[in-house]
Amino acid sequence: MSRIEVLKTYKIYIGGKFPRTESGRYYQPEANGKVLGNICLSSRKDLRNAVVAARSAQGGWVVKSAYNRSQILYRIAEILEGRRTQFIEELIQQGSKKAQAEKEVNLSIDRLIYFAGWCDKYTQIFSSVNPVASSHFNFSVPEPTGVVAILAPEESGLLGLISQIAPTIAGGNTCVVLASENKPLCSVTLAEVLSTSDVPGGVINILTGNRKELILHFATHMDVNALIYCGDNSTEIKSIHEAAVDNLKRVMIRDGGGYVSDKYESPYLIYSLQETKTTWHPIEKIGAAGSVY
Amino acid sequence: MAEKDYRLSPRVDQVGIQDRVDRITKRSVKSEAKRKGLLMTLNMIDLTTLEGADTDFKVKQMCYKAQHLHDSFPGLPTTAAVCVYPNFVKAAVNEVKGSGVKVASVATAFPSGHSSSEIKLLDTKIAVDNGAHEIDMVISRGKFHSGEYNFVHDEIAAIKEACGKARLKVILETGELGTFDKVRRASDIAMDAGADFIKTSTGKISPAATLPVTLVMLEAIKDYYYETGKMIGMKPAGGISNSKLALQYLLMVKETLGGKWLSNEWFRFGASSLANDVLMQIMKQESGNYQSKDYFSKD
Amino acid sequence: MKNKIDYSSDWNLDPAPESTGHIKLKTKYNLFIGGKWVKPKSGKYFATINPATEHKIADVAEAGQADVDAAVKAAKTAYDTVWSKLSGKERGKYIYRIARLIQEKAREFSVIESLDSGKVIRESRDIDIPLAAAHFFYYAGWADKLEYAFPNRQPKSLGVAAQITPWNFPMLMIAWKIAPALAAGNTVVLKPAETTSLTALKLAEVIQEAGLPDGVVNIVTGYGKTGAMMVEHKDVDKVAFTGSTGVGKIIMKSIAGTNKKSTMELGGKAANIIFEDAPLDQAVEGIINGIYFNQGHVCCAGSRLFVQESVYDVVLRKLKDRMESLYVGDPMDKNTDIGAINSKKQLDVINDYIKIGKAEGADIYQPKCKIPKKGFWCKPTLFTNVAQSNRIAQEEIFGPVLAIQTFRTVDEVITKANNTPYGLSAGVWTDKGSKVFNLTSQLKAGVVWANTYNKFDPTSPFGGYKESGHGREGGLHGLEPYLKFD
Repeated sequence: MSRIEVLKTYKIYIGGKFPRTESGRYYQPEANGKVLGNICLSSRKDLRNAVVAARSAQGGWVVKSAYNRSQILYRIAEILEGRRTQFIEELIQQGSKKAQAEKEVNLSIDRLIYFAGWCDKYTQIFSSVNPVASSHFNFSVPEPTGVVAILAPEESGLLGLISQIAPTIAGGNTCVVLASENKPLCSVTLAEVLSTSDVPGGVINILTGNRKELILHFATHMDVNALIYCGDNSTEIKSIHEAAVDNLKRVMIRDGGGYVSDKYESPYLIYSLQETKTTWHPIEKIGAAGSVY
Repeated sequence: MAEKDYRLSPRVDQVGIQDRVDRITKRSVKSEAKRKGLLMTLNMIDLTTLEGADTDFKVKQMCYKAQHLHDSFPGLPTTAAVCVYPNFVKAAVNEVKGSGVKVASVATAFPSGHSSSEIKLLDTKIAVDNGAHEIDMVISRGKFHSGEYNFVHDEIAAIKEACGKARLKVILETGELGTFDKVRRASDIAMDAGADFIKTSTGKISPAATLPVTLVMLEAIKDYYYETGKMIGMKPAGGISNSKLALQYLLMVKETLGGKWLSNEWFRFGASSLANDVLMQIMKQESGNYQSKDYFSKD
Repeated sequence: MKNKIDYSSDWNLDPAPESTGHIKLKTKYNLFIGGKWVKPKSGKYFATINPATEHKIADVAEAGQADVDAAVKAAKTAYDTVWSKLSGKERGKYIYRIARLIQEKAREFSVIESLDSGKVIRESRDIDIPLAAAHFFYYAGWADKLEYAFPNRQPKSLGVAAQITPWNFPMLMIAWKIAPALAAGNTVVLKPAETTSLTALKLAEVIQEAGLPDGVVNIVTGYGKTGAMMVEHKDVDKVAFTGSTGVGKIIMKSIAGTNKKSTMELGGKAANIIFEDAPLDQAVEGIINGIYFNQGHVCCAGSRLFVQESVYDVVLRKLKDRMESLYVGDPMDKNTDIGAINSKKQLDVINDYIKIGKAEGADIYQPKCKIPKKGFWCKPTLFTNVAQSNRIAQEEIFGPVLAIQTFRTVDEVITKANNTPYGLSAGVWTDKGSKVFNLTSQLKAGVVWANTYNKFDPTSPFGGYKESGHGREGGLHGLEPYLKFD
């Protein structure tokens, strides 16, 4: 008799831990006529807990050296590489062809490496020393916006997910992600990758569930600083914009597709989740030409 | 009591000082305020000659000018004082007798301050004995830069004692101190040691008095007043040669220390050519015509 | 305090009024649309007054829907037919012309600005107008260099920008808006604040004189209603607004779901932090500049003062002393430090907050300065004994009112400083470099002034975190909000 397979309990990922949703609810997405699993149907309270985790992780994440963040992103890629087979299988399970699945995993790993490389470089691209007319040293640097909510692309369950997460955390933000509703498997496995790489708990939080149910809660949460919406539903976009006004969160609309293209490899994606901070300090004019001492 | 550590004197930011000075120099002094300010300026001048070529005759001429600034225009005040080298004190005292004009003498191996303590004390005593009402001493900048603040302090205190009733002005020679932080530090030392006035410069070093340096010293005087209740006088010296600048100094005093300091008991200009420029401005205000230097005596 | 410096004196400044004789103002202003002065189709006009005298200066047109339509149409036509076809180099030359003409007429602009807004002539003459000209000059040079600002991105202009400016720095904010918009290749419909329209209208004359193609810049005057019509117009591609967070939110709601790009420059409640090792006299000057500059009508005003407890008494003493030599009164007098409150409405707001502060149990202090009988005035005011939870410490007052709190440790003050929905600016005063860098990296604010305050420059990006808005104005960063990318 063949061995009885051990089935996986799919969990969400909050603050580095793997709870089931506090609501106790689940849903059963299907692909190729087969149920993928009992996936957590995250609630508003799960979102709240995830934002709390993301907020408390933010301070620690932003003060890590850029070199360190770079290595952590690289480490995610390393662990992901080791789990290639699992991700490929999941993608196939969710409906991808084998070649397509392999390509998606490869690109996902490469994309992490790409953004790992930016961690200690984008600041140099987007900073400036500003030649003000008065006797002051004046410089502008990008700083992370803070806690970013990501409504991940529906169709690209791994590459799309990583293409949104990587530039977000490379820039020192922490995030709360709502994974693809119908293709959630890779997001759960990615969480397992994250927990065994060196990403501190709370930097990336991944929820699964129903987008319609949660979307406005994401957009109205007062402690979320920015929101990335992947998709093209104009009604949703309008309601997100309206809801985001309450705390003036920054809203980024990114269409749902095209993740294989290299338009998702750009430091401007990091920059879009940054605030520019400008600092002034007097320059003493003693001993210089034109000294007024 | 723990000895005071002058390295802890308040910090000064040069750009911030300049910002404050700019606010003052942008003030506009017009009409009656200008006339009054100019007269006040004349009365605050220490008319000064400190040259190697000074003679009794030159000093006498200057002393006459101090009392008769422009006789064709009656009602002008005298200057506050004349300022000379110690060996001309006798002559000067003789010339200004009864006029209210004070005689100030530089002392303590002016202008470098490099000599033995004995000679500096003697220098001072001779000037005082000859009738000087005020002594303008220099601090030992070398010792100051070496961080020997106690030495600088004690030297000033000793000279103060030697002054007796004469008022002591302590010249910091700010042009040699290098930073505003050190100007503040030197001001604090001088006031603690008994200075009646603190003074910017000898006039022999460039830069001499500037508005920013003076502001730093005025702020030190203010803090000292709040700490001790003692009023200390201020004397910018050197480089103040026109009326507009003089009025800016007065405004700075007014806005930093208030009206009480606006008299020659607490504020002086050390200057030689300022008086004539002020006179020209006063005459311009009276007559409405711009003036020529040829109509004002150069002494 | 046993010794108190007495700032009274029998030597006092005489009036030194700036002459207004050479100023050319009309008694009635129409709308500037398509390069021409046109009567408002609404048929309506409103009076703009001098807040220092309450006298009417001129009548200004109130643009209605038909007028806004005409202005947007003119801007769109100018964009489609002329401006978008012009090379960056040529665009730049037009903008340079505007900069030069403002410089040539600087005195006229500053006098009009002070008459119309109540701002003191010293500031309009030395800050607002020169900086406005500098802004045009700076962005003129970017017009043909945009691809260097955004490598690998192929920047393109957006189209028609609807711009709404505030009354606190009327001309300067107009420059902040128009200069980058034109440099990036957009055309403009701009509405100045209703209480301060005149410099915008004077600028329209300059724009005519500069020969800028018709319709590239259109100036429409009016109230918030007019602004709403601009924002909602379907042919507008970009909305730039400077004003209150409340109005900013209304605008954001009204453009939700559209492709209109936006820049929001909104409110603030900045912390100005004084450490015990600061250069205290300069810090005090910085506090003064931080809160009493422009009557406190400054979104980045240092309205929350945090003083380390060990120097609290000294700082307060110095601050009160410094306040004794602030002259409040005629904005046209060259010696005036604090001019008129911009409007009766704003004065009421400020006075309400002063009442609230007293009711909350804070202690009020105002120097004994005289204020004129007619016009809108507020003495420089500070509140001590303030709690973080007081409304005067949380809400933007937009007037010369300072709320003072103390702190003990770096941790504490960072927490308190960031404890606000705003994030526009902050000040830090310390002699210790490492502390400056710690604070500047931890304060959630778009601009941090260390050992200085309220400095502005065309090359320096300005704008806020959180509810203080989004987008930057000034510098290379200020171009991005007026461009789109492939």
